[in-house]
Amino acid sequence: MNSDAIISVRTYVLVFIGLIVLTITTTAVAFIDLGAQWNTAAALAIAVIKALLVILFFMHVLYSRPLTWVFVSAGFFWLLILFTLTLADYFTRNIGGAPLPSAAPAAQAAPRQTSETAPRGLTTSESRATQRTGTD
Amino acid sequence: MNDAVPERRLHYLNVSYGVKSWLCTTDHKRIAWLYLLSITFFFFIGGMAATLLRLELLTPQGDLVQAETYNKLFTMHGVMMIFFFLIPSIPAVLGNFLIPMMIGARDLAFPRLNLMSWYLYIIGGLLAIGAAVAGGVDTGWTFYTPYSSIYSNTHVTLTVCGIFINGFSSILTGLNFIVTIHKMRAPGMTWFRLPLFVWSHYATSIIFILGTPVVAIALALVALERVFRLGIFDPELGGDPILFQHLFWFYSHPAVYIMILPGMGVISELIACFSRKRVFGYSFVAFSSLAIAVLGFLVWGHHMFVSGQSIYAGMIFSFLSMMVAIPSAIKVFNWTATLYRGSIALDAPMLYALGFIGLFTIGGLTGIFLATLAIDVQVHDTYFVVAHFHYIMVGGAVMAYLGGIHFWWPKMTGRLYPEGWARLAAVTIFLGFNLTFFPQFVLGYLGMPRRYHAYPPEFQVLNVMSSAGASILAVGYLLPLIYLVWSLRYGAVAGMNPWKATGLEWQTPSPPPTDNFEVTPVVTREAYDYARAEPQSDYVPGEVEHV
Amino acid sequence: MSKSHPGLLHHFDDPEQQLDASQSGMWIFLATEVMFFGGMFISYTVYREAYIDVFAHASNHLNVWLGGINTAVLICSSLSMALAVHSAQSGHRRQIVFFLLLTMLLGTVFLGIKFTEYYHKYEEHLIPGFDFAFKEGNPGHAAIFFSFYFAMTGVHALHMVIGLGLLAYLAVKAARDRFSPLYYTPVEMVGLYWHFVDIVWIFLFPLLYLVGRHLL
Repeated sequence: MNSDAIISVRTYVLVFIGLIVLTITTTAVAFIDLGAQWNTAAALAIAVIKALLVILFFMHVLYSRPLTWVFVSAGFFWLLILFTLTLADYFTRNIGGAPLPSAAPAAQAAPRQTSETAPRGLTTSESRATQRTGTD
Repeated sequence: MNDAVPERRLHYLNVSYGVKSWLCTTDHKRIAWLYLLSITFFFFIGGMAATLLRLELLTPQGDLVQAETYNKLFTMHGVMMIFFFLIPSIPAVLGNFLIPMMIGARDLAFPRLNLMSWYLYIIGGLLAIGAAVAGGVDTGWTFYTPYSSIYSNTHVTLTVCGIFINGFSSILTGLNFIVTIHKMRAPGMTWFRLPLFVWSHYATSIIFILGTPVVAIALALVALERVFRLGIFDPELGGDPILFQHLFWFYSHPAVYIMILPGMGVISELIACFSRKRVFGYSFVAFSSLAIAVLGFLVWGHHMFVSGQSIYAGMIFSFLSMMVAIPSAIKVFNWTATLYRGSIALDAPMLYALGFIGLFTIGGLTGIFLATLAIDVQVHDTYFVVAHFHYIMVGGAVMAYLGGIHFWWPKMTGRLYPEGWARLAAVTIFLGFNLTFFPQFVLGYLGMPRRYHAYPPEFQVLNVMSSAGASILAVGYLLPLIYLVWSLRYGAVAGMNPWKATGLEWQTPSPPPTDNFEVTPVVTREAYDYARAEPQSDYVPGEVEHV
Repeated sequence: MSKSHPGLLHHFDDPEQQLDASQSGMWIFLATEVMFFGGMFISYTVYREAYIDVFAHASNHLNVWLGGINTAVLICSSLSMALAVHSAQSGHRRQIVFFLLLTMLLGTVFLGIKFTEYYHKYEEHLIPGFDFAFKEGNPGHAAIFFSFYFAMTGVHALHMVIGLGLLAYLAVKAARDRFSPLYYTPVEMVGLYWHFVDIVWIFLFPLLYLVGRHLL
């Protein structure tokens, strides 16, 4: 016998409506200039809420055993590890604009761009995307 | 006593015959054998590559093979040994065979997925071998971009496809183990009555699940970049090759814990049995396994100290790498405390276990050297690193694997192996191993780079020592192959519990029936109840009452 | 517990254990999928941080209306999937089949719109490696954006195709009356998978389509 709680159709429809409303919202907000950081933050926040609605209701997690919560959280926690430590690299390159200490291999010291779009630590190139051939 | 048994007892080996009964089996014990045979095959492929490498390195000049060929050989050696031997070895062979038995279950949670794991492994392996036959790959097992994604003219795509598919094999195995351990324990088998072997496999499975997908996507992106010429790691387009390294090492560092944690689980079992003592600090060892799995995900940047990664990130990774050594050290202390005042028996499995403790400690301590950012800058990409990881992988993991194979051989086959030959092999392996790899610490510190087929003449003596050691090591590996096969036919018949060990797996006949236990056991005692003595026997079986 | 319960496999003690195991197994699998897509998300994030302006311009080449419609289509399909599971829990055989087929239809619509978008990109010379041309900024950086666009939506679409296969399998079994309130585990498992694929798109849509709309 399955011991799952049966969620009412009404709940499902309400969640559905919420998801549609949030989709419209996120699209509309995207056209308003809040500054790049806040636009992104808003989009992500709305996406997280939508995802939570799907997880908690459509995927029944709200009514599930604690072990299920552990598995769900673990996945996202590990994603957080991947994001945090990787960005710890990218966000701390070229602090203060100084060239990297000798830990970096020589040669690729890209000329610093003067515009505000200077990329953080990634090499840049003005060349067009070229077509390359190779095996496989 | 050897052959003529009046009525044949049915067990998992003789319950059915024929190729189909093996290739379509869902019995975890048969699947373990499928894995055992296949990983042995891949081990010897990787070993052949190593043989050629060490032969080339006998002389300073590159005179045996061309440089490109040498590159293909060390790539093949790494890919075969890591992905197709070490990562599956203990979990897929011993874990598959023993976990259901150790917890009192009839099988794993998903037997058909278990079989699919093996097929995925085989398909992946055949693709990798196909790539080798077709001309090989020369990128190193690390597939660094942009060489692997753009410039290499070798069979990168085919090889990464093989590894990708093999990754799913790992994922399914890990999934199976976690669900099994959570859901299928026998009555009375609480978490803290589990053998430490089970704890270590649970920890390993966490890594399987959460790490493997990231290297899968990393390799998939390399393949996509080669095939469809996307620009993700191409510096000409503004791509960052270091991003690949982040994705790659996010898995590949925890992968080394995949390779050692199961071995540590084996060692806990061996040390307890052959000291006739419960493992000292059981819960510390159990939690250390989990800690290694979790902390192991936080340190991957120590492979990238000189790659162009931010120096500040490097410092963070360096500090975290020191932290991850702590739970490993806790385990070594606890094993040593278990040995203290134990009643030591030096059977072959114990020789492997003792060797493990010493060699793993050396490997682990040299890991601290490498975690120290300033030292790593000097020895990165030298033989110091090569020696470090071989001490752990070979001196540690392989010896634990062999120790475990010997220990559970009677259970798996119903036969005893010849103890004299086994001890000889263990000692041969230990000596050959040290002669092979200790000189490499010195070589690396003196500056010899890794992955070079030629070197300055002043390094030759140490290289010759290393190659000589490798030949001894090879003999040591061949010996078990011979006498274990011999024992299948001519070995003494083993009883239910030849080692007088605790653990549910020893409470069922050797070889076990298909469903492992006639009746589901009920567990009432702790895991390593060795010291509770009746005068005539110094062990009490793990479970006392049958339902 | 009756051992003759439909679908009980012999290595499980009771149907409850089997259901628990199946659910745990599927959630663990979804955790692996989180990490799989996560690798692409972090990679995208790194480049977006570095090349935000080009990414904004490149993103504006994507059709936000088709993307938005697709988002709505997937949300509808999630609803129909949830209702399929609900029907199974309630034992309404024909409703199960109906909702499964509806989910499949919506999934197919999604894929149809997706491939239309791909074709548009082909016409606009925005597929990296195939006559790629981009004028509003560094073409290399734009190529990286579109590489991620195709890689991420492509892998997502692949998961949808697999999902459609699973749904077809379920629909056949449901039509043959294999599910009941006592046993509907496969429906629930595929439901979890389908919802997960929806969640991936919930993140893909704003991150790919809505980067620079405020610059228009």
